Amino acid sequence: METKHISLTSPSMPAVLIQDFPLDFEALNLEARFLFIPFVCVVGFGIGCVFLCFFFINGLCLLLGVAPRRGFRRRRGAVAGGAGPAAGRGALPALAGAGGAGAAPAAHTHSPSPPGRAPSGTPALGSRAGRAAGTMSTGMRYKSKLVNPEEKQDHEKQYVGFATLPNQVHRKSVKKGFDFTLMVAGESGLGKSTLVNSLFLTDLYKDRKLLNAEERINQTVEIVKHTVDIEEKGVKLKLTIVDTPGFGDAVNNTECWKPITDYIDQQFEQYFRDESGLNRKNIQDNRVHCCLYFISPFGHGLRPVDVEFMKALHEKVNIVPLIAKADCLIPSEIRKLKERIREEIDKFGIKVYQFPECDSDEDEEFKQQDRELKESAPFAVIGSNTVVEAKGQRVRGRLYPWGIVEVENQAHCDFVKLRNMLIRTHMHDLKDVTCDVHYENYRAQCIQQMTSKLTQDNRIESPIPILPLPTPDTETEKLIKMKDEELRRMQEMLQKMQQQMQDQ
Amino acid sequence: MEPSAMPEEEMPPSVAPSPAGCQLFGYVGIEAVLDQMKIKTMKTGFEFNIMVVGQSGLGKSTMVNTLFKSKVSRKASQPSQEERIPKTVQLQSVTHVIEEKGVKMKLTVTDTPGFGDQINNENCWDPIIKYINEQYERYLREEILITRKRKIPDTRVHGCVYFIPPTGHWLRPLDLEFMRRLSKIVNVVPVIAKADTLTLEERAEFKQQIQADLKTHAISVYPQEDFDQDPDDRVLNDRIREKIPFAVVGADQEHQVNGKRVLGRKTKWGIIEVENPAHCEFPLLRDLLIRSHLQDLKDITHNVHYESYRVRRLNESNRPALSPLNGLPGKAEGSSDL
Repeated sequence: METKHISLTSPSMPAVLIQDFPLDFEALNLEARFLFIPFVCVVGFGIGCVFLCFFFINGLCLLLGVAPRRGFRRRRGAVAGGAGPAAGRGALPALAGAGGAGAAPAAHTHSPSPPGRAPSGTPALGSRAGRAAGTMSTGMRYKSKLVNPEEKQDHEKQYVGFATLPNQVHRKSVKKGFDFTLMVAGESGLGKSTLVNSLFLTDLYKDRKLLNAEERINQTVEIVKHTVDIEEKGVKLKLTIVDTPGFGDAVNNTECWKPITDYIDQQFEQYFRDESGLNRKNIQDNRVHCCLYFISPFGHGLRPVDVEFMKALHEKVNIVPLIAKADCLIPSEIRKLKERIREEIDKFGIKVYQFPECDSDEDEEFKQQDRELKESAPFAVIGSNTVVEAKGQRVRGRLYPWGIVEVENQAHCDFVKLRNMLIRTHMHDLKDVTCDVHYENYRAQCIQQMTSKLTQDNRIESPIPILPLPTPDTETEKLIKMKDEELRRMQEMLQKMQQQMQDQ
Repeated sequence: MEPSAMPEEEMPPSVAPSPAGCQLFGYVGIEAVLDQMKIKTMKTGFEFNIMVVGQSGLGKSTMVNTLFKSKVSRKASQPSQEERIPKTVQLQSVTHVIEEKGVKMKLTVTDTPGFGDQINNENCWDPIIKYINEQYERYLREEILITRKRKIPDTRVHGCVYFIPPTGHWLRPLDLEFMRRLSKIVNVVPVIAKADTLTLEERAEFKQQIQADLKTHAISVYPQEDFDQDPDDRVLNDRIREKIPFAVVGADQEHQVNGKRVLGRKTKWGIIEVENPAHCEFPLLRDLLIRSHLQDLKDITHNVHYESYRVRRLNESNRPALSPLNGLPGKAEGSSDL
């Protein structure tokens, strides 16, 4: 065979030469060799870099002291395979952070295991990442520090973890929402509706129709309920206001408080029956938690109607007496009137709502506030929902030719104290006293009456009080189940709607 | 001498046309009668009896003190007594003689503590009606005596000021019942007490509502429409009737305002001046009761209310005598023409 020297640079290249072109490395020209070798070098360098990175990360993790747990590795072994490539692809800080966070809850939730081994290459890393992926989903709310293995052990021994209970309760109650029932009582024209509107900054009495002359002559005491749902910063409150129009307005006011005591007893009785019943899932609490009683500022103290009303109700509900329309009194008159009312309340033995004592370990400012609160009872309040201009500011108040009364000014009236007491600080205590004291008294009375009646009828001595269990027949049982199903369905629908709204 | 234009026709005795006017051509001195009257009344003095009715704590005593600028109320005379609500309605009268610019006035203020304060207020107005009728009875007895005194002591109630609590909504059933019964026997002047608790809009609404209520129940308060004598009076009284009931504030303490000493109430947001018409309507009430209509009150009491009482009593005693309830000793004096 004759070999032809072919130079690639020659302009003329016959086509037949391609067939005969032998792939011979040595036959390749020098230029080709120059191009080929750098290419191979670059590729090799890249692969070497990648391996270097791996080892670098390993070393770093070792240095920071993140050691894989043997037990965890076993459990998450299945995930390790899948997570391995993911770990490889992950960026460095994310891995370190995940590894650290993943290990800390491990410290919280698992009993101390033998000290971790040094991680060995990729599988350990993969498992760590897998563990991190797994524990991320349980909603980590706690910021954890990356601690050394020895320190973490000591930490685990002392820390159990139930200090988070208040947070859990808080979360649950925010979801469930609160309810509060407030009753307002007093003669008409003392500003009850205005005060309720000012307290809750709503307009509950938009459609109130005032009675005409004939209807007024034959007016009797009624009970009117308004319910409104208020939401503030995610906390829901179902507020019920029980109004008592017609109280104390007639010429003859004997026993005008009877409809009110009957109403309160009715709510207690209904709760008692629900509590003793078989299906206790959806008990509605309509018990009255607080009664604001409005005392007229025009008298010289308590009137006979006031005394009788409070004496009839002080064992059934928390009474908070208020001096209404306090803008017709000058400061010395207010002081005299408050003293007078306090004296008379003591004299007649009326048990109004007492503010609970504050603990001895509260700070001095809180104790001072508490003392002021107790000294200014009964509160002298003014209500207003109209905004007026005062000294260039817009405030809620009443405009007179001789000046402007500001509702939220502590020097003018005690409205702010009442609002803070009722809503911001003592709402829960009012509910507690209603449940623990008034309701329990009612229940005890009720049971005593029933047992005494039964012993009278049957002459049997029964050690266990027999409760009047409502005996539901099958129909009502079915109804109850249906209603439960409906409720559940409605709740699901509501959740779906909320999600849709959030997505939008 | 010019003949005076005196009519010389015969006039039928039943009809008496008003005498034709005469022209005077010189000063006669008829108007001096006014001076004579003035001197006489200044010597004898006036009498004025006022009654204040309302729930306790509405400022009745303070109002009376402010009206007459002196301590004439029941509380001022008995300063040591405590404020206790009596179990039944009592009536307490206090009499003072006050003098201004040589004119003496014998002022009697009757207070009614315990009115409307109980739980059961039915018939709490009965003691008041009884008292008013007793005063009329006393006057009647004096009047029918054979030898009468020159000046019969007048203890009849000339005006009854009724204090309405400033609820801002409407008149209560108690207010309506009381005013209905009493406006028939005495001049009732309703006022809104402690009006510094109402803003101007609330005040106007409240007044409108009260006027509507009074109309619905046919209660005629002073100044009554039926007794307006001539168009001038009517115009004046119409203006007053628009503003009834007056929204008043009473005060007995003085404060400095703009360099002057005024009667008022000092609060943290301002001073309420009692005599400032922009703040409250106390000046209007004072003018009505004292400066312009005092004599009118007395006249209506004498000519209308007393007369209707007298007619009633005389009709009662003319009926066949099976009413031992009357028990009038006057009957035994043989007044058969009564």
